[in-house]
Parts: sequence; C-alpha cells; structure tokens
Amino acid sequence: MLEQYLSLGVKAIFVENMALAFFLGMCSFLACSKKVETALGLGMAVVFVLTVTVPVNYLLYFYFLQEGAMAWIHPSLGQYDLSFVGFLSYIGTIAAMVQIVEMTLDRFFPKLYGALGVFLPLIAVNCAILGASLWMVERKYDFGESVVFGFGSGIGWLLAIVALAAIRERMRYSNVPLGLRGLGITFILTGLMAIGFMAFSGIQL
Amino acid sequence: MSGKKRDVLLDPLFNNNPIALQVLGICSALAVTTKLETSAVMCLAVIFVLLGSNFSVSLLRNQIPPNIRIIVQLTIIASLVIITDQFLKAYLFDISKQLSVFVGLIITNCIIMGRAEAYAMQNNPVMSVIDAMGNALGYSAILLGTAFLRELLGSGKLFGVEVLPLVTEGGWYNPNGLMLLSPGAFFIIGIMIWVLRIWKPDQIEEEG
Repeated sequence: MLEQYLSLGVKAIFVENMALAFFLGMCSFLACSKKVETALGLGMAVVFVLTVTVPVNYLLYFYFLQEGAMAWIHPSLGQYDLSFVGFLSYIGTIAAMVQIVEMTLDRFFPKLYGALGVFLPLIAVNCAILGASLWMVERKYDFGESVVFGFGSGIGWLLAIVALAAIRERMRYSNVPLGLRGLGITFILTGLMAIGFMAFSGIQL
Repeated sequence: MSGKKRDVLLDPLFNNNPIALQVLGICSALAVTTKLETSAVMCLAVIFVLLGSNFSVSLLRNQIPPNIRIIVQLTIIASLVIITDQFLKAYLFDISKQLSVFVGLIITNCIIMGRAEAYAMQNNPVMSVIDAMGNALGYSAILLGTAFLRELLGSGKLFGVEVLPLVTEGGWYNPNGLMLLSPGAFFIIGIMIWVLRIWKPDQIEEEG
C-alpha cells in the first residue's frame, strides 16, 4: 500500500513532471521564473492549492458528477450522469478553493500569505491545477492516490520552476544572441531541462 | 475593410503574436503538436471558443460587475469548452481521445482569458470578434508550424500520410525521435521565436 503511494509520488514528481513532460502551467512557468524568490513563492502556492483541489475534485466527481453517483442521496437520483458539466464544476471548485486558501492564509498565517502575495489569485487559471484534476478523473485514481498525485505534481512543478529560475539568474553572465534573449532562450533552456528529466523515465519503485 | 480593423486582425499574426510575444497559451501549443491532425482540431476548437468568448464577454461588458468579472468570464469560457468537448466526443471520437485532457485545458488557456480581459471588456462586439479571429490565427500559425515540423521530422508524415519514406520501411529517411518528445517542441518554438525576432527586430527583449 505504502509502496504504491511512494511509487505514484515519485512518478508524479520526476517521471511525469507537470511542467517538463506535459507542458502544464507553462505560462506562469515562463513568466514568473526570472527570480528564484518569486519562483519559490509561486511554486509553494501551487503545491498547496494542488494538494487541496485534486482530492476535493475527486469527491465532487465520484459523489455528484459520475454516472449514477448521486444514488447515495436518493435512489431516484441514480439515473443521472452529470459528467458533462465536469469542466465547469472543476474550475468553479478551483476558483473557490483558491479564494478559501487565500482567506485562511491571510487569517492564520499572515507571514506565508505575505510571501505568496499576488501569486495566489493567479493560480486559479494555472493549467497545472485544472490539468491535475482532469488527469485524476481520466486515470481513475482513488482518494488516497489523488492526494498523493496532487501533492507530487505540485512538488514536481515547484522543483522545475525553481531550477529554471536559478539557471535564468545565471544567464545574465552569458552572451545570448540578440533575437534569442528573453523568451527564446528560456524555451531552449526548458527543452534541455526536459531532456534532463527524461533520464528519470523508466524508474520503477 | 478599414485600416484599423485590418490592423486588429493582422497584428497578432506576426507583430504581436500571442505565443511568441505575449507568452499566452503555451501549454496546449506544445502538448498537442506531435501530429498535424490533432493540432488542426485543437486550432479549430480554440478559434471557436475564442470567438464565442470574446463576442459574449464584449456583449456583456457593461453588465458584468468588475469585482466578479473573472468568474463570469470563466463561466462563459467553460460553457463554450463543454460544447466543444461534447461536439468532439460525438463526431471526432478518436481525436478527442488523443487530445484527452487538453480540450478541457482550453478553459485555462491564457489566450482566451487574456483577450477577454484585455480587449473584449473595453471594445464593441464587432471589434472583439475581429481581435479574437486575429489572435486565434496567430495562435494557429505557431501551432500548425510546430506540428508540421514535428510530424515531418519526427515520423516522416504529414496528416498521417507518408512523405519521407522511412528507413524501417525500405526508404531513406531516419526519423528524429527527439521531435516527438517534449524537448523537441521547446526547441522548435524557441527557434521560431528567434527567427521571428531576427525578422522583426523591435520584438527583441533588452535584458532576459
């Protein structure tokens, strides 16, 4: 049991890295990776929100949206299949969870809230968050797996963005061709990092 | 067509490309481009959603209260994406399976949110639709260009039809497997941006 979770976690962090293997959350990945500090803040916010939203969307899907899922409320509701409104409900959940996380942090952990600052609201439209929920439904994870998957993908994304930010800080000292400066070289860097991360593929625990 | 309309339509193609300059909508640009077929379907889906969302947001722009505008925009976009997804499932089931979660991810495609927020909220429906068309075409140009190179170099095919005969089947072309993997997509887009900026030097960033 534990090994299964461990292996899923390692897979989510390294082998199937959200940013480098599936290109999810690329927009903020490229836009907010100029400094390690901001990258770390955004990455932590993503880990946090992913760990919360994937299990919540799991509950939503398996108790309300899936075909026949509502039979637990009343047997007559068992005939409905609401999975077509899935997208709308996931994005609603994500927006709402981000808001709740924001308010909770503001109330109880003002220091962390200050550090994450503007990044929290941005996360609602980060594709990595919605993507993780959609993968979870598509791959039919159970509740425990969805917690591990959410947390693991978040950590993987955090790792990737912090590493990219660190490389970009060093880029200041190199003489990049004019047309490649900024966005162009960042793409090439990300490509090289993706090759690096491909070395993890095939690892089985 | 007046000059302003033409500018709004054609600017996003090369001068202000959503992917190459505005850094919007990159996730899907990379993930679905291993084949021309899937990318073409993805482009059509994005064109439909972007036109629909810019039009509806622009119609409603005076009614949407500013502090809940994000959630209103998201609801409009998500509904359009649900229509697209149901349509693909009904008529193009195989492709919809291949695109898997990326149809749903059109919701969080920043091009759509970005254009709704930056353009449709301030302009009338006609101009917003033209702006949507321009941006969708700019997006499609990069997407199809990337898919063309990736499918041609990675598997020697275009739209699934063999163009370069493969070595394994008695031809001469040895496919470059890297192109089908994720790093290939990053390199191609990076190089495309480079070429675009050599052609249009005003897009060069001062300090990276």
